[in-house]
Amino acid sequence: MPDPYTLRVNGADCEVADADLTESLLFVLRERLGLTGTKNACTEGECSSCAVLVDGVLTCSCLVLAASAAGQEITTVEGLGDGRDGLSVVQEAFVDEGAVQCGFCTPGLIVAVHDLLEADPDPSDGDVREALSGNLCRCTGYGRILAAVHSAAATKRSQP
Amino acid sequence: MSDVVVARSLNEALGALAERPDATVLAGGTDLMVEINRGLRRPSQVVAVAQVPELRQWSVADNRVIVGGGVTYTEMMTTALADAAPALAQAARTVGSPPIRNAGTLGGNLGTASPAGDTLPVLAALNAQIVVAGPDGERQMGLDQFVVGVKQTSLQPGELIVRAEMDRPRGGQEFLKIGPRNAMVISMAGLALVVDRDARAVRCALGAVAAGIPRATEAEAWVAERINWDYGAGVDDAVAVEFGQRVADASSPIDDHRSTAAYRRHAVAVLATRALKRAFAEGSSGDA
Repeated sequence: MPDPYTLRVNGADCEVADADLTESLLFVLRERLGLTGTKNACTEGECSSCAVLVDGVLTCSCLVLAASAAGQEITTVEGLGDGRDGLSVVQEAFVDEGAVQCGFCTPGLIVAVHDLLEADPDPSDGDVREALSGNLCRCTGYGRILAAVHSAAATKRSQP
Repeated sequence: MSDVVVARSLNEALGALAERPDATVLAGGTDLMVEINRGLRRPSQVVAVAQVPELRQWSVADNRVIVGGGVTYTEMMTTALADAAPALAQAARTVGSPPIRNAGTLGGNLGTASPAGDTLPVLAALNAQIVVAGPDGERQMGLDQFVVGVKQTSLQPGELIVRAEMDRPRGGQEFLKIGPRNAMVISMAGLALVVDRDARAVRCALGAVAAGIPRATEAEAWVAERINWDYGAGVDDAVAVEFGQRVADASSPIDDHRSTAAYRRHAVAVLATRALKRAFAEGSSGDA
């Protein structure tokens, strides 16, 4: 068993005690900290439903040993909201463009799109497809998601 | 003694490993955590090395490229390493997805030592020396001495992969692989080809078609004598096709859940022909 450790999640320090050494960051976020926005699907890095930012780097939380992330800044989908009804520009665009169907892949996509638009405010279709190549969606066919990314990018560019 | 050490320096990592010879080394987690999540492995002690600054260093010199074990696939693609070792960047770009490439490292690919590890054929073709450190200091070896079987290395308890030191030859470089789609795939067959114009040599190594990472040395020697080494002369089609067949002779593929031996052998021949033509085409990557 690891010593108790502290994870810094969405700006708050969260104590994790009595955890098993082998727990992933995904497991700890959901089962110990109650942050269920981050979704658990493949647990092998294939689907990106569990994407979070670790020190600002897009990461599959299922592939992070939770105890090894102590001291790093973790941002989950719950930490991204800022605009209308607490939604971020990216989240609003997903709602407005109908890019959400069953919704299971959406949190991971939202985190990945935030990461993309931080690095590239005006991505091409190819850039978006490449950036989201690890995010699996089994409902939408991705067309509405692509539209939402371009819409979010345009909104962000128009903001001062 | 804590069961999880998040090492912040190479000395700390080596010290932690010396105290815990049975500890599992965790780099980017893209292989190890999959096994842990599936319940296939249950380490009792872990030394995490992703935040060791010495392992994250890389450097580029006129004729040498040094890549720390903690350098990620993303860094191989997006830094000056991409110009100095283009085949390494091409291989990195075929690994997983952006979040996987942000986490996975060269040292992790070496430590897992899967025949399908995408950087391994590149390291073999670039004559890489793998440098490991342990209680008795550093030692180094070629990839064929480091990878000794399917997912087996010659790393000793307490040792850590520190860096790979590879050639930076003047000439074209290619990495090609075959999988069911263009993203998120594990290789069914992979190939790295490196041209060294000063030595008038072609070096070619294979992934996912043998227990190790074979070099196609017979084919390399054969083709070096049949190349017009003038810049932009290209490669004769018949030579490229026969080169492909000869490279395939260096493979010893098997049937498994990803592909068949027959398809892999065919794929290696096609990839070798394609890589040779690209590496000698005008303006090919790495050409000076």
